[in-house]
Amino acid sequence: MALAREESSPLFAGTVAGTLRLIFYLALAMVLMVLDHRNGWIWRLRYTTSVLVEPVYRLASLPSAGMRAASVAFSDRKLLTEQNQRLREDLLLANAKLNRMAAVAEQNQRLKELLDTQHSLELNVQLARVIDVDLGTARHRMLVNVGARDGVKKGQVVIDAHGVMGQVVEVMPRTSLVMLVTDPDHAIPVVIERTGLRTVAYGSRDGGFLSLPNISMASDVHPGDKLLTSGLGGRFPPGFPVGEIRSVEPAASGMFLEGRARPAADLDRSEDVLLLHDLAEPVGPPEPVTPAGPPSDLAPAPAPASSAPAPARNTNAAAAASAGTVTP
Amino acid sequence: MNKQRVGLLWFVGSLVFALLMMLIPLPAPLQPFKPYWPALFLLYWSLEAGDQRVNLGLAFCIGLGADLLDGVLLGEQAMRLCALVFIALRFRSRLRFFPMWQQTLAVLALLLNDRVLLLIVRTFAGESLPPPTWWISPFIGAALWPFLFLLMDDLRMRLRLQ
Repeated sequence: MALAREESSPLFAGTVAGTLRLIFYLALAMVLMVLDHRNGWIWRLRYTTSVLVEPVYRLASLPSAGMRAASVAFSDRKLLTEQNQRLREDLLLANAKLNRMAAVAEQNQRLKELLDTQHSLELNVQLARVIDVDLGTARHRMLVNVGARDGVKKGQVVIDAHGVMGQVVEVMPRTSLVMLVTDPDHAIPVVIERTGLRTVAYGSRDGGFLSLPNISMASDVHPGDKLLTSGLGGRFPPGFPVGEIRSVEPAASGMFLEGRARPAADLDRSEDVLLLHDLAEPVGPPEPVTPAGPPSDLAPAPAPASSAPAPARNTNAAAAASAGTVTP
Repeated sequence: MNKQRVGLLWFVGSLVFALLMMLIPLPAPLQPFKPYWPALFLLYWSLEAGDQRVNLGLAFCIGLGADLLDGVLLGEQAMRLCALVFIALRFRSRLRFFPMWQQTLAVLALLLNDRVLLLIVRTFAGESLPPPTWWISPFIGAALWPFLFLLMDDLRMRLRLQ
């Protein structure tokens, strides 16, 4: 039976139709790739097909979750006791620190009220669990098990107990994708804790490290310096640990110093992460003040010809425009 | 009739299994050694069942599914798997009667070709060159090939599936 079919397609000379079909499919794939590269369709497609895609992720993460459960189930008592002991000590230490901080935070709050600023030290967070699947991008991204239905929005900052992990880049109904700080496409504005020098930490191409390619030659940076988020740019709130400088050497161009830093967060080992809910306080010039004028309901009624009523109460621009019409 | 249905289920099941294997993470030190499972299973089926089951359309669909799960670039794996299946189908009558070591070498060549294609696509997409460990995966895939082939063949014989 197989041999009979073989005769219709001679041994090595393929048919023209086969080649044409290959060309068709390759062209189709290329068109898809170009469109996706330009428009980022794949995430919209994933959002719409999330009913199919998300269960597959859960299914694929089962083995590693099972491994983790098994390692807990079969790990010996001594190890667990040790771990428990260590966690207790950590908790004690953290509580002690917190108690000491409470007074300082209180004082800080009062001083800030005196200064009339809005910055707060409270954290509004949401706990999320990492879904352990391999996304084929050299481990610079990870999935977490909360999504749009849990109120996650694009751009939220993800931290763990030790520092900043990254930010949410794509949201699906029940899962979302986090770009880690070590992704080559990622950049985070940082400040060096000891000196207050501001710079930017990029993800590195060789993975697992942060790279600070533009520190000026004269600046004072040493291995061991801690990096904190600076809050510039308005995406990451200030004051979270990002990493620790490991080495500083002149860059190839000779114009700058180039630093390498190890991320503070446990990027590989975290199971539970925290999503910050309040985005960073806006930094930049103050918002334009609404011009004081007569109340907008005193403004002459708009011409009945304009069918759509202007939302004058809501936007500053409209208010300004209506005020402008009154003042002469 | 029933046998045919079981055979189809076995076929589809193995491909779904390959996609799942692609998503399942290995421990970090073993990560570069992970073979490209969908390619291996598609190769097996294109050598075993030929174009009555595996054709370019199927390879394209599997690739699109893998792309959707991976979320890297829509169409990338579709293109790679299409090229792979096309070559495998064209040389099928030769490859099938190769001794196992020659077949393994051929699979290695196919997987390396696949990596080169991927490299080209990623370069066009503006990504950086991967680390040297990135090239280990095809060798692991080729090393696994005899075992995969014999295992699948043995299971097929035992289940008396077409």
